[in-house]
Amino acid sequence: MSNTKFSKEHEWITLDGEVGTIGITKHATEMLGDIVFAELPEKGSNVEKDGTAGVVESTKAASDVYTPVSGEVVEINQSIVDDPSKINADPEGGAWFFKLKLKDKSELDTLMNKEEYDKFAKESSS
Amino acid sequence: MNIKKTALYELHRKHNAKFVEFAGYSMPIQYSEGIVKEHNITRNKSGIFDVSHMGQLFIKYSNDITDKLQEILPTDLKNLKINQSKYSFLMKENGGIYDDLIITRMKDKYMIILNAACKQNDLQIIKNKLNDQNLDMNNNLSLVAIQGPESKTILENVVSNVSKLKFMNGENFSFKNNEIFITRSGYTGEDGFEISLPNKVAISFVEELISKGSTLIGLGARDTLRLEAGLCLYGHDINENTSPVEANLKWAISKNRINDNFIGSHQIKKQIKEGVSKLRVGIKPETRVIARESTKIFDEKDNEIGKVTSGTFGPSVNASIAMGYISNSHSKKDTKVYLEVRGKKVPANVCDLPFYKKSYVKGEANV
Repeated sequence: MSNTKFSKEHEWITLDGEVGTIGITKHATEMLGDIVFAELPEKGSNVEKDGTAGVVESTKAASDVYTPVSGEVVEINQSIVDDPSKINADPEGGAWFFKLKLKDKSELDTLMNKEEYDKFAKESSS
Repeated sequence: MNIKKTALYELHRKHNAKFVEFAGYSMPIQYSEGIVKEHNITRNKSGIFDVSHMGQLFIKYSNDITDKLQEILPTDLKNLKINQSKYSFLMKENGGIYDDLIITRMKDKYMIILNAACKQNDLQIIKNKLNDQNLDMNNNLSLVAIQGPESKTILENVVSNVSKLKFMNGENFSFKNNEIFITRSGYTGEDGFEISLPNKVAISFVEELISKGSTLIGLGARDTLRLEAGLCLYGHDINENTSPVEANLKWAISKNRINDNFIGSHQIKKQIKEGVSKLRVGIKPETRVIARESTKIFDEKDNEIGKVTSGTFGPSVNASIAMGYISNSHSKKDTKVYLEVRGKKVPANVCDLPFYKKSYVKGEANV
């Protein structure tokens, strides 16, 4: 996950060429508890950095999912909509949320690396 | 405000509970297993719930007290047998519910179990009615529930002969030479028991239940369990603005008392005779979308016809479930309605309660 970047809203993004894969962090799933519902943006839609791009609900509450960068949604992961418990099981792997064709790669520079995020997550949960 | 702790607090901590403040108490919302697993453990095996935050009020029995209690409760207490429990309410004159409660006739006293958030107000109402300002809840007692299909066997291993109890009946037993009172009841839709016992033995009692195979369960799973069972949570599904008739809890008003006088009786009689404009129903969204409390309900012509009072994802029914009040004209089973969630209208259907079929041990058909 060396080229993975993280947002303060607890999303991760991994870049492969022009396309970024986005999901929520393990830390986020631990705070949310058992996820029982997921809603994703529509394929083909455009999302803006820090804008809402989906929803997850645990047994306790609903939380918005934000996109850490702007772009066009080129693929969504239907399997987490069909079985949201996958998000708790493998949040930073198979349970990615959506893929974006990035509008502006420089937006990635505003995000944290793994070490910075781990520190941020630890501080924000204490 | 000083946050209160129950006698089981340290045990919850030892079992890695996550705490939330609930009605002024620091209570476990979940343990390390998480809400869905805890829910399933209760449905399939056995779960232990600390409900010590609820009020335990004991009132010395007499014919005079029975008469006075009948003036504030819609329950036939005169025919309540020794060791029998009934679900009841404290009402306002307009039929609104101050609290729902369980009253048990013990040999020489009544035991009333009250909701934590309401218990001080309830106590004042009862004190005034009985003209007894010294009446107080017993704070030396804990209240523990054990629920789920294996609970009978597990509890029997700790307290002999407990499995002979019938649903909504109780009796005195002993644990380590302490008198304890056990009723066969609960709030999960499963067979189970509630145990009232001295604080000083609460931890050792629960530890024994754990060693025999039961598991501590938090308030999170308690909520998904009770909602699947179609049971009301006070302050959400029932409150001072809902009457027992509107809440579809008419069954809890004793038939021979409908024409009697008790606080709220005038309104109840009127509502039974003339009908009500809103009714509590079960609602099943057609998708997995969760309709939380306060979600607006619309009919097919986009008229607002009600509001959701509780909604969650039910792990045992593997579906989104909700309860709410809906205009009487739309309260029939299978009526198509729409729930407004995040600006979108989600199709849903009115359905029967409970969502999950109960497996209470029979003793009587109606609680």
